[in-house]
Amino acid sequence: MQRASLTVVAGAAIVAAGVALATLRLNPYLYFAGYVILQYVVIATAWNILGGYAGYVNFGTPAFFALGAYTAVALIRSLHAPLPVLILAGGLVSALLGLGIGYLTLRLRGTFFSIATLALSVVLQTMIINWEYVGGSRGISVIRPPGPPFGNYVVFLFTVMLALAVIAVTVARLIERSWVGRGLAALRDNEEAAECMGVPTLRLKLFATTVSGFLLGVAGAPFPYYVTFVEPNSAFNLDYAVNALAMPMIGGTTSWVGPVIGAILLGSAQQLATVTISSELNLFIVGVVLVGFVVLAPEGLLGLVRRLRGR
Amino acid sequence: MAAPLLEVEGVVKRFGGFTALNRVTLEVRAGERFGLIGPNGSGKTTLINCVAGSLRADEGRIRLAGQDITTLPPHRRTRLGIARSFQIPKPFTSMTVRENLEIPLEYAGHARHGGAAEAADILREIGLHAKAHLRPAGLTQIEMRKLELARAMAARPKLLISDEAMAGLSSAEVDDILAILFRLSAQGITIIMIEHIMRAVMRFSERIVVLDAGERIAEGTPAEIVRHPAVEKAYLGE
Repeated sequence: MQRASLTVVAGAAIVAAGVALATLRLNPYLYFAGYVILQYVVIATAWNILGGYAGYVNFGTPAFFALGAYTAVALIRSLHAPLPVLILAGGLVSALLGLGIGYLTLRLRGTFFSIATLALSVVLQTMIINWEYVGGSRGISVIRPPGPPFGNYVVFLFTVMLALAVIAVTVARLIERSWVGRGLAALRDNEEAAECMGVPTLRLKLFATTVSGFLLGVAGAPFPYYVTFVEPNSAFNLDYAVNALAMPMIGGTTSWVGPVIGAILLGSAQQLATVTISSELNLFIVGVVLVGFVVLAPEGLLGLVRRLRGR
Repeated sequence: MAAPLLEVEGVVKRFGGFTALNRVTLEVRAGERFGLIGPNGSGKTTLINCVAGSLRADEGRIRLAGQDITTLPPHRRTRLGIARSFQIPKPFTSMTVRENLEIPLEYAGHARHGGAAEAADILREIGLHAKAHLRPAGLTQIEMRKLELARAMAARPKLLISDEAMAGLSSAEVDDILAILFRLSAQGITIIMIEHIMRAVMRFSERIVVLDAGERIAEGTPAEIVRHPAVEKAYLGE
């Protein structure tokens, strides 16, 4: 119990530090870039609950992220719903998608599951392209409600995303250290053996897809206010699929720290490259780094550290 | 005669056009040491998969202590008291030996919190306690087999199914595993042994059922089985 309260205190401290940072009025670009990196902390952490803990590689990250974003778009257009409602609704709709996809595809193992999730992203994007109400293929401009609670919008959204990142990481950490996390690890290692040792594998996998979907949707919900113009190609960007997978793999997939480290390192490198060299260099960087890690440190930085310590 | 713990009644399992099990019926009594033998491909492992739940029988019923478990998923059957070891060891590779045991202790053995002490007890009993902190990759073949049995024991089973736990082991190692199984049996656990090593099955089993090509061809004590003409035919041909 003491540990749990320590987690809460640590989380609150990080958010407070973020708010303090927000009041500093640094170069606006730093908040802008910081938002993207924090968004990737949420995405990588969410992806890792299914991909890292349970070992089911999801290529459909853009589908969940964009569904969160487009749920927000629909709610902004129809109800002018406030941001907390958008975040919650985006999360819930994506969680439902996760649950549904789980039911349909989790009987598929390994590669087949991954292919199915890839298809999901394509199908959902096609649907959004044909849905005029949320902008269709042309996209839609989103007007921010006047006056954020504090600072300007970039600083405000940065703080919101920081809070979401803390929540996502806390959830991942709680899962990892609970009986659920141990069950997921068992089914990742060997699903048949896990089931025969009393682990309700289907239920745990559905739990993982649902929570993972929820957090991915949560990451997408503030997106319309952040970019103010949402169109399918940016919301369903392949970058999300690649980064969601690359960041945990670089950091290490078996612990909650891995995706956080990976997202901060890779996310920062991408932001830096975007500013200093070109925005097209992003995926190239991911590719090179990923190949390097797969060859030299297949268990990510965490695995590398563990190996060096073991010696 | 003790009441049957496991009843398999007219179980049929087909894979496409191939009938792997054809109306197999057998009973295992509580506390019994039961041997299941047959040539390669005779359906032993398929039958075990139907009993443990990895496969679902196409026809027939399976009951454990009177309760129909034919359609239950494997994890529910484990909680009701069926545990198995796998022919090809399937350890949880990212966990230490002790953590491997903590999974069934937590999920099937009803030890919601911890279970570390119980895991240590089981490992001591099986003779793996010195390796508790190792990953399965660091184990030898026989230690891997012992881990399979230890993990099955951690589910606190009424019925333990040992699927070729001794294949490929040396004679001394076979005796080692046999001694463990005898000890577990003495604790009141019903054991089904599937084995190709005749010396081991014959010594261990009180009663043996022989499968051939998915059909039950013989049943009896070890002494009766070795003299059974159908068994001789199944193993050696005409």
